[in-house]
Amino acid sequence: MRHIISILIENEAGALSRVAGLFSARGYNIESLTVAPTEDPTLSRMTLVTRGTDEVIEQITKQLNKLIDIVKLIDLAEATHVERELMLVKVKTCKESREEINRLAEIFRGKIIDVTSNSYVIEMTGPSDKLDAFVAALDENSIIETVRSGPTGLSRGEKGLHL
Amino acid sequence: MELSGGQIVVQCLKDEGVEYLFGYPGGAVLHLYDAIFHQEDVKHILVRHEQAATHAADAYARATGKPGVVLVTSGPGATNAVTGIATAYMDSIPMVVISGQVPTAVIGSDAFQEVDMVGITRPCVKHNFLVKDVNDIAETMKKAFYVATTGRPGPVVVDIPKDITDPNILVPYKYPKKIKMRSYSPVTKGHPGQIKKAIELLLAAQRPVIYSGGGVILGEGSEELRELTRSLNFPITQTLMGLGAYPATDKQSIGMLGMHGTYEANLAMHESDVILAIGVRFDDRVTGKLAEFCPHSTIIHIDIDPASISKTVKVSVPIVGEVKVVLKQMLELLKEQKKKPSKKALEAWWSRIAQWRSVNCLEFKRDGDLIKPQAVIEQLYEVTKGDAFITSDVGQHQMFAAQFYPFDKPRRWINSGGLGTMGFGLPAAIGVKLAHPDADVACVTGEASIQMCIQELSTALQYKTPVKIINLNNRYMGMVRQWQEFSYESRYSHSYMDTIPDFVKLAEAYGHVGIRVDKPEDVKPALEKAFAMKDRTVFIDIMTDRTENVYPMIESGKGHQEMTLRVAPGTPINRELA
Repeated sequence: MRHIISILIENEAGALSRVAGLFSARGYNIESLTVAPTEDPTLSRMTLVTRGTDEVIEQITKQLNKLIDIVKLIDLAEATHVERELMLVKVKTCKESREEINRLAEIFRGKIIDVTSNSYVIEMTGPSDKLDAFVAALDENSIIETVRSGPTGLSRGEKGLHL
Repeated sequence: MELSGGQIVVQCLKDEGVEYLFGYPGGAVLHLYDAIFHQEDVKHILVRHEQAATHAADAYARATGKPGVVLVTSGPGATNAVTGIATAYMDSIPMVVISGQVPTAVIGSDAFQEVDMVGITRPCVKHNFLVKDVNDIAETMKKAFYVATTGRPGPVVVDIPKDITDPNILVPYKYPKKIKMRSYSPVTKGHPGQIKKAIELLLAAQRPVIYSGGGVILGEGSEELRELTRSLNFPITQTLMGLGAYPATDKQSIGMLGMHGTYEANLAMHESDVILAIGVRFDDRVTGKLAEFCPHSTIIHIDIDPASISKTVKVSVPIVGEVKVVLKQMLELLKEQKKKPSKKALEAWWSRIAQWRSVNCLEFKRDGDLIKPQAVIEQLYEVTKGDAFITSDVGQHQMFAAQFYPFDKPRRWINSGGLGTMGFGLPAAIGVKLAHPDADVACVTGEASIQMCIQELSTALQYKTPVKIINLNNRYMGMVRQWQEFSYESRYSHSYMDTIPDFVKLAEAYGHVGIRVDKPEDVKPALEKAFAMKDRTVFIDIMTDRTENVYPMIESGKGHQEMTLRVAPGTPINRELA
């Protein structure tokens, strides 16, 4: 099953490699990983998407908790949560396709953030499957490149992951 | 007080109460060594190879419960220490390793003797630090000792670039009395609800077994373990790492379990209905085939490390906490409840165990002209009155020592159980002897293992650590040979050494006493002679039976119930027969 593990970690050099190293050493898989400092600059928040049986996920969270730099973590998939991913897509455009791509981006609530005579860069956020759907809807020959942040998320309700 | 970085490191060690520092100098730690030169409180032990520094410090920690401390230089000094760090990590030994690093300005430039020590050690330390500011040294050192010694202990590396220890830069020094880390706070007490559940299960058990391990020794829970085991009248089996926590000579002890454990211990585990696992990690050498491990049993597991619980074997009642504290909680609850387990059920269970015991699984052929390694250990036990500190290397001799030297006290049996590091025994013996100068310390080893850190004979002379080296010399890497006999139709691929040195001359060349023993009747007199020489390191080279194997054995991939006994090598014993 897919799990989204949200981690508060000391914002120190090497902290990220401790997490990445743990996953490779123990043979766990990382589907995606995002990390950035929080409103408290001494802390970073990491969102890690992984897959595994309940036993594997239990070990992953326990092993992560064992890392000295990790302050706290939760498995977002354990309760209701919201998640979003950011994607930028650069597409080739020509006179005939511009309007069509524009409309498609609008339907998916994307924004065109860069325009040249023969390309667009489209920004889009949403759950990962929505981004997948948008990519699928585009003519694959028109895609120059895509970049995705990997999902980040928060649990629903007033509770949160903080010190 | 204003001090240089080098002086601060040494002052931290003093303030931490460090008695011995095991190390080897080099370019990146010269400032530090100069600071060491100007004081006498922290005694530096100069080893002959950095691996030995870590093993000696590690064994010092195992024998005392205090953290072992190591100092090595950057690059090769640091990488040489890695085997010892991994050894300590696998057995959860508290250790602080200070490694020199190239100056901060050249880190990352492939400078002379540069290696990314923090990167290299990351998978085999509890934690590590790179100190980038002289003002951070004191706090980092405090954190290092705190992390190494609390919770599930382990090695911590502090990597210090040379410029940080510059004697010309002085900063105010204050060693923090206490340290708090928001990201690290180990649990101590066990959850009362879980403890209640555990007691209910134990009281209702028909065929219980206590399975205890190294965590009991590390967590100083030996006394509580004895009290609980005795008050319940349960059989107890101990892991290789746990030997000594409960007296092996006691009638409730059913011996070691696992691959070379006793028949009674493994079959009791297999047939048990409730297991109380304390400070263990269900290692593959203990469990054998996981799918067949304790098929009828409800398992209670006490451990300080939540990640050890349900890692390989799913347990029913997990209790996270310090072994000592949790056992105390259990004892209190038992006293309150004033209940005892069913006497009738236990009587039946003990008589079943007695049947298994009568197989006498450790028995070996005693007559003949060849020296049996098992007999050597038995005689070592007699000569040292069962009260020596025994270190070992890795292989057959290690198993013979574990099987034939019944340890009655914790911290007496010092071996590399997790990583299985050959070369551990001799430096470990030196570390133990420094910790307990008046005790008998013997290193049980083999001619293959001893050569992996043989250079430490030189250290033993320099620091006058008179240890006795019991070399079970069978001219083979015995355990490798045994596996090749069992699993590779006796194709002894490179497990034989035909150019073994003359260990007597070698010992003498290092300034020690060497004794060679060829006949069974000479073993005991040689041991007596060696232990009578209180102030000499003695190397006793004992020519043992080349073909002796360690029995019983659970071959790789088999379950506890499929032990191979000596009676008919290679034939699995049908448990109904026993």
